This record gives sequence, structure tokens and C-alpha cells, in this order.
Amino acid sequence: MELILALGIGVFTGSGVWLILRPRTFQVIVGLSLISYAVNLFIYAMGRLRVDAPALVGSGAVTDPSSYSDPVPQALVLTAIVISFAMTALLLVVLLASRGLTGTDHVDGDDGE
Amino acid sequence: MMLGWTDHLIAAPILLPLIASAVMLLLKEQRRMAKNVISLVTVAVLFAIALALLLRVIDMGFAGQTVTRAYLLGNWPAPFGIVLVIDWLSALMLVLTSILGITSLIYALARWDRAGPRFHALFLLQLMGLNGAFLTGDLFNLFVFFEVLLAASYGLMLHGSGAVRVKAGLHYVTINIATSLLFLIGVGTIYGITGTLNMADLATRIPQVSGTDLALLQSGVAVLGVAFLVKAGMWPLGFWLPGTYAAAVPPVAAMFAILSKVGIYALLRVYLLLFGGEVGWAANFGEEWLLFGGMATIAFGTIGVLAVRTLSRVAGYCVLISSGTLLAALGAGEGAVLAGVLFYLVSSTLGVSAFYLLLEMVERQDEDAGVQAVVEPVFDDEYTSAIVEGEEDEVGIVIPATIAILGGGFIFCALLLSGMPPLSGFIAKFAIIHGLLGLEHTIAQPIWWLVALLIVSGLATLIATTRAGIDLLWTPSDRPHPALRIGEAVPVGLLLLVCLGLMVFAGPAMWYMERTGQSLQDRQGYIGAVLGAERAGPVEGAQ
Repeated sequence: MELILALGIGVFTGSGVWLILRPRTFQVIVGLSLISYAVNLFIYAMGRLRVDAPALVGSGAVTDPSSYSDPVPQALVLTAIVISFAMTALLLVVLLASRGLTGTDHVDGDDGE
Repeated sequence: MMLGWTDHLIAAPILLPLIASAVMLLLKEQRRMAKNVISLVTVAVLFAIALALLLRVIDMGFAGQTVTRAYLLGNWPAPFGIVLVIDWLSALMLVLTSILGITSLIYALARWDRAGPRFHALFLLQLMGLNGAFLTGDLFNLFVFFEVLLAASYGLMLHGSGAVRVKAGLHYVTINIATSLLFLIGVGTIYGITGTLNMADLATRIPQVSGTDLALLQSGVAVLGVAFLVKAGMWPLGFWLPGTYAAAVPPVAAMFAILSKVGIYALLRVYLLLFGGEVGWAANFGEEWLLFGGMATIAFGTIGVLAVRTLSRVAGYCVLISSGTLLAALGAGEGAVLAGVLFYLVSSTLGVSAFYLLLEMVERQDEDAGVQAVVEPVFDDEYTSAIVEGEEDEVGIVIPATIAILGGGFIFCALLLSGMPPLSGFIAKFAIIHGLLGLEHTIAQPIWWLVALLIVSGLATLIATTRAGIDLLWTPSDRPHPALRIGEAVPVGLLLLVCLGLMVFAGPAMWYMERTGQSLQDRQGYIGAVLGAERAGPVEGAQ
């Protein structure tokens, strides 16, 4: 499982970085989204990967803290997802405005023609 | 422990602008009067609160108590719950933010707030993000407040629309989202290794990390540092800064003057707290990066300031020079120069902010400056009141004295930014250089280079501003004198007055900065105050 997750994060980040460096605005947005997925998975993995371990403590007394998974990274990931989602939406609006004003989807608003 | 009402005041700088901007969204764009009143009252109250907090800090400092106070949100004990922390540095930054908030808002009300929709809501959210970033006591909330202030700044950056702004905005948003992702990677790694994000708790745990974890933690901290340095505009991470700030409308650019200082603040706070220790690997981890990066930034800013032709870009490179100075001084001198660094931070922020406001008025006669052209809105929702070109001819008063006022303000700003005597810029630079030279008996080579760079950058700023000033103010021109409005002159005057105050009351101001520097170095004091903060009211099931 660790291997698959690590490979997934690596592939997401690699493709994301490549896309960010492309000259078209849409590619940049997709690249940023991919990196944000990678980052979210990364934060989640920082709480250690556990199977069958709940993050929430029941109403009964806590018997053994080690049988629970770390809830903090899961809360952090939620926040990070919401924020990166909002930022992507905002960037999409800027992209559309840029396309409307310059007539091209080049990041510099100029195709060099 | 019972809390007095003054203890709850700590949360007000965050809550107040949030509530006010939420109310703002309910009002239609056409109700400008109501919006103006709400934002003015909000920033005025924010200033009063910041001042009250500052005075309380000073009072307690005089009485010899520990000034650092932690406010437990949700009443959870410190390393588990979220804390807001007020100390010397936070109080200072709050006051600085609220001063810039007032002046930029007054300036914007004269004309620029009508250049696009929802200016006031975004402006207040920006203030909320800034205040939150200065008050928060843990890394993840620092990220959240960074995002709040960045999200608002994206909107403000695009305020007024137009191809130039949208292009600059696109770059700005992209760079900052990528930076935020780096921030998250850094925070994630640090959490994975230490198991905490509370800064005080981190400071106690970081020196104990060893073995293979150490390399991971160091890379996490380095990634986090890169995120801060992008915001601060360190070379080679700061190429975006001059272009972006030049494209923003003047009151927004004036507010942005403190945005790059948020990066510096985060470094001051996190770096000095986590890596200010005396022993172990954590002692001054990565300071040479700050020193040499800062020096490169000063050099880059110096060349840039001489190379560019438009005033707004000159101001942008001044921001870079001031960031570089702060970073390099921080990396070179640790404690000895902290007072000078803080003094410089306040003085240069005010100076750059005043400069951004002023230069738009000076350049107004130069109507072909493309950025200032008013354009049609891209999205026409409820937004109806674009600035009508030609309106200013009716409202503005054209008097011969305008050019004298503008010229006087311009010279004042130029002296302030270049660090010439007798203004506060000089006092700040003098304090930094004095601190640097007094560090050790034998002064290291890089320190000499830094001192030389500081002086040369001042000279370059003076040359650049003088050249531009001669061009704009002295060259005889057929164009009518720029119209000057009271609403636009007053905020510049206010900012310069504060700088003048810093000069006249340099003694007390320096005393405050010195105390701030001491408190930043008193790591145990901060840790004790945050982790030892008592919960309010009767606590059930206390351990």
C-alpha cells in the first residue's frame, strides 16, 4: 500500500510540475490541481497509513490510543481540499477573463505571433 | 481562570472584519454610502483595538510582567486546541496593518473603490487575513490565514480589471497557489515527524529530533522556508513582485506593501522561535541562506531600481530592496540587529505604502500610462458604477500648490526609502549597520559586503527616485497640473506623519523595538506562556 501511495503521489506531482511549466492556461490549472491532489495525499500519509483504525474515539473510555489512527492530518486534509478547490475555481475565472480580454489562452496573453 | 473583556479583545481583529465583510456582501453594489461608512467604521475600530492591545503590551512590559498572552479558542488546552498569541511583535504588526488599512481605504474611497465590484468586502477580508496571520500561534492556522489574505489579495489584485491586470493577476495567482502547496508540504512533513503544529510545542520538540527523521524534518522546514521566502520576494523567488504590484491599483498596491512583510513576519516568528536555540543542529539552521539570499535580493533590487523607467516599478524594486535588507540582516546578526530590523520593517512598509499612493497622483498627468486606463467590466453582474473618465475634471481642484504638495511628499518618500538623514529610514539603516558592526571584534567578510550593499542600495534608490522626480515634477509641461483631492492627499499625509513621528520619537520607538527583539529571543518565555495558558472558567475533568 505504501508503494502504491508513494508512486501515486510521485506521478501526480511529476505530471503536475510538467503541466505547470506549459504555456497554456488550462494546462497550468490542471497541473495545479494534480499537485494539490498529490499534496493532499501526502498530508494524509503523514498521519501514517493504517487499515481498520478509526479516527474517532467512541463514547466509552479510551482503551488503547494506538488502535486509533491520527485524526489531525485528516482534518488538515479537509481544510486543504476546500482551500485548493476554491483557489482552482478562482483561477478558472481569471483564466476566462484573460481569454476574453486577450483572445488567447497563452499564459502571457500573447502567443508571440 | 476568569477572563476580563480585554482578554477577549485578542480575537476582535479577526472577527470584526470578517463580520463586517459578511454584512457587506448582503448590501447591493449601489449602496455605496452604507458600504463606505461600514468599512470606515470597521478600520477605525480595528485601529483602536490594535492600539489598545499595543498599549496593554507596553503597560505590562513596564510593570515587568511577561507580555505574551495566549488566547485559547474553544477553551482547549494549548498544544491540542487552536491558540491566538499576542506579544510585542504581534501587537506592533497589528497596529501597522491597521494604519495601512485606514490610509489605503481613505485613498480608495476618493475614486478607486468604484473601479470594480465588491472592493470593500475583499479589502476587509484582506485585513482579517493579515491580522489572523499576525496573531495565530500554530503553523496550520498560519496557512489558513495566509490563504484568506491571499484569496482576498487575488480579488484586489484584479480590481479594476483590464488586460494588464488580468495578465499580472494570472501569474500572481498561479505562483501563490504553487507556493501554498509548498507550504502544505512543509507543514505536512513537520507534522509527520514531530506530531504537532503548535509553534511553542514545536520549539520544545524540534531539538530532540535525531537520526533519519532529522533529514526529513530539515527538508520539511526548508520547503516551508521557501514558501515564506516566495512571499517575502527573495531573489530568485521574487521576480513576480515588481510587475504584480505595478499592475495593481494604487490603494491595493499600498496595502500590498505589507503583504511581502507577512513573509518576513512568518520568518521572524517561526525561524527565531524554532531555530534560535543555542545548541544542537537547530541553532541557526540555514542562516547563511537568509544572509546570502538577502544580499542577492538587495543587489537585484538595486540593479532593478536603476534600470526601470516607470515609478510604480521603482516602488516595486524598493519593496524587494527592503525585503532583502530585512532577510540579510536577520541572517547575519540574529539578536544584535533585531531592533534595527524591526524599526526598518515598520519604516519601510509605511514609506513604500505612501510612495505607491503618491506616485499615482504624480503620474496622473501622464495619462497614457496604460495601467491606469479604466476599462469596461468583464463580468456585468450587479456592478454598474465604473469610473466615468472625465469625472475627475469636475471634482478635482486644480491649484498651483498641488505640485508643491506632491513634490514635497515625493522628496519625503524618496529620502525615507533611500535611508537618508534625518528621516526614520536613516535611523533604521543606521541601527542595522551599527548592530552588524558591533557583532564581534573581527568583522567577517560577508558583513562588510552587506554593509556596502545597504549603502549602495540607498544611493541607487535615491538616484532612481531623483531622476523620476525631475522628470515628473520639474520638467515644464503643457499638460494641466494634476488634480489633487483632499481624500487622496490626506492618507499620504497621514502615512508620512507616522514616519515623521517615528523620527521624532525615535527613542521610545527604538525602546519598543528592542523589547520586541528581546522577547523574540526569549524562547522559553513564549513557550511557557503558550503551553502554560490556563483555561477559562471551571474546567470539568481536569487532569
